[in-house]
Amino acid sequence: MKRFAQCVSIILVMVMLCGWAAADTLEEVRKKGFIQAGVNGDIFGFGKPDEKGVWQGLDVDTARAIAAAVFGNADKVKYTPVTAKTRFTALQSGEVDVLTRNCTQTLTRDTAMGLDFCQVNFYDGQGFMVPKKLGIKSAKELNGATVCVLPGTTTELNAADYFRSNNMKMKPVVIENTAELYKAYFAGRCDCITSDTSQLAGNRAVAPNPADHILLPEIISKEPLAPAVRHGDNKWKDIVHYAVLAMIEAEELGVTSKNVDDMLKTSDPKIQRFLGVTPGNGEALGLDEKFAYNIVKQVGNYGEIFERNVGVNTPLKLERGLNALWTKGGLMYSPPFN
Amino acid sequence: MTETPQDTSPAKISFWYDPAKRSLLYQLGTLILVGLLGYYLLTNTRHNLERQSIATGFGFLQKEASFEIGESLISYTAADTYFRALLVGVLNTLLVAFIGIVLTVILGTFIGIARLSKNWLVSRLSLVYVELFQDIPVLLQLFFWYAFFYEILPSPRQALNPVAGVFLCNRGLVFAVPVFHPAHLLMGICLILGAGSVWWLHRWAGRRQARTGKPFPLIWAAPAILLGGPLLTWLLAGAPSRMNSPVLSGFNFEGGLTISPEFSALLLGLVLYTAAFVAEIVRAGIQSVGRGQTEAALSLSLTSGQVLRLVILPQALRVIVPPLTSQMLNLTKNSSLAVAIGYPDFVSVAGTTINQTGQAIEGVAMIMLVYLFFSLLTSAFMNWFNKKIAIVER
Repeated sequence: MKRFAQCVSIILVMVMLCGWAAADTLEEVRKKGFIQAGVNGDIFGFGKPDEKGVWQGLDVDTARAIAAAVFGNADKVKYTPVTAKTRFTALQSGEVDVLTRNCTQTLTRDTAMGLDFCQVNFYDGQGFMVPKKLGIKSAKELNGATVCVLPGTTTELNAADYFRSNNMKMKPVVIENTAELYKAYFAGRCDCITSDTSQLAGNRAVAPNPADHILLPEIISKEPLAPAVRHGDNKWKDIVHYAVLAMIEAEELGVTSKNVDDMLKTSDPKIQRFLGVTPGNGEALGLDEKFAYNIVKQVGNYGEIFERNVGVNTPLKLERGLNALWTKGGLMYSPPFN
Repeated sequence: MTETPQDTSPAKISFWYDPAKRSLLYQLGTLILVGLLGYYLLTNTRHNLERQSIATGFGFLQKEASFEIGESLISYTAADTYFRALLVGVLNTLLVAFIGIVLTVILGTFIGIARLSKNWLVSRLSLVYVELFQDIPVLLQLFFWYAFFYEILPSPRQALNPVAGVFLCNRGLVFAVPVFHPAHLLMGICLILGAGSVWWLHRWAGRRQARTGKPFPLIWAAPAILLGGPLLTWLLAGAPSRMNSPVLSGFNFEGGLTISPEFSALLLGLVLYTAAFVAEIVRAGIQSVGRGQTEAALSLSLTSGQVLRLVILPQALRVIVPPLTSQMLNLTKNSSLAVAIGYPDFVSVAGTTINQTGQAIEGVAMIMLVYLFFSLLTSAFMNWFNKKIAIVER
């Protein structure tokens, strides 16, 4: 009878484990007291621990903004480095609460994969990097090239499409680990490497000789990189969505981490509503009225996190380009906070 | 006085105290529970997938794959289906596993025998080999060999050219291959016929030696038969010798055959790693054969080679084969580490497929089924072989 009882208890435990399903992420996050964020872990400027082991990057700051909105404390985030291949499974299975890991929003991912993408936090595009000594000026000269690509991304597909549509041949070398992939490229295993230009720039910055490599002018794809959450949890999606938008809106309103306390005393009704001096927004999201204040105070506005992580004064040396505010010719545009 | 016939049948045992019935009940109960659990897992998964609106089913296999694969045994382009892409992956895995197993068995046997050599240097070198390669994790070894190939070898434009038609560079080993000619087909047939006759000759020579004691010089006859036939055919066909030679054009060599650094590194890493284990298995097998056997054979004036081939190995094989099977399976399964060094094996292709379609459950199920199938096939063959060499009581 003892064996039987053992069997039954094991089965019961298994059933309970299977029955677990994340329905209300906000509730669960509040209960455990932190946000589990899936991040890259390998890309300088987006998500990588610095030499002291502190996570840094644009995607890391996005996760911190969500924590600031939910808990009023940007440090309440735990990071799970996920590979390009495991990231969606990690989100779907509930291992992470949100993916802030330079994920390109696509139709398939938004629908058939059971994900929901929120506001884009970086507009990127796929490009090619080649050694300068090859003397290549355009991606159209790459016929017959051996191309290093990372699996588990849209990159493989875009590269194959580009070569096919230009009647060129390519030989992919597909290596799963980002660090190994770039090592093989820098050692000359491939003629070129293709990825989002932000990643190429990020990895060039840490190359043995950054000046020996150039980015080709062709941008062969649109890569809107956005945080993703599980499909069907609208409340949580709204929070992630508006946490990113709050940083964009703050930049547009001229609110920065330095002046945000002074801005609390402003008479501008738009800023008063935004910072929660006039209540309403917080309650609508199910958050504290100070959520936008906390984001800007602890993390910064979009312009600040861009310049800090990937801007022209960082080793990545990226211009704002498409990531400038709409008022400055870019695509960053937030709906009004009212 | 007649005794009333006594009831000889055993006293009626209640249902719960009958071991046979009770065990039947337990088994039935377990079966039902496992069945219910399976049903629950299946419906729960389907329900969750539906709730998260994740696509299901194997319909994606017929869709266009739209990604390129670095090396393939069959023709493949991005316009082919996912099914064909996965087939390319399966064949790549089979290729590396098959060649790997053959080389591992050969190398492992040699090292294992060398380990028992009376020559101090030979046996010590084998010991160093075994300890070195079986103690370092195989993934590290793969990274090492891969880095070795792309860091040491020059770019295609400065390729090493040791012999005419052979180039060595960081794109791999590129060499000339003969252009196809109908004579090649006939040469192949000759080779198969030759192999058949060698096998027949071997049996005949064995029977003759058993009858008359006269040995037959098979070691000379076999290569002559195997090579002579195809060579004669080739000469009769007018010695067709047009070669498809590699030429440097643009980024890389065109033509010829290329063995990529990824394939070489994977094969080398797996073979060297697994051979260390096989060597120990072979050594254990040989040492399991009693010392008296060797002494008896030597006293019959057999040479030491003959002792090994005719007396020791046949008996050692019975100890060697079962653990050897598990090493073969290990090699096949370890080949899935290919994804770390860029060889497009089945796991790598299936990974890309999962990423593009988002159908992880179907993809992972296929990966498991394919490896299960390979493993069962290897096991079945080795079990058959094991039965064949098992001791026959006379």
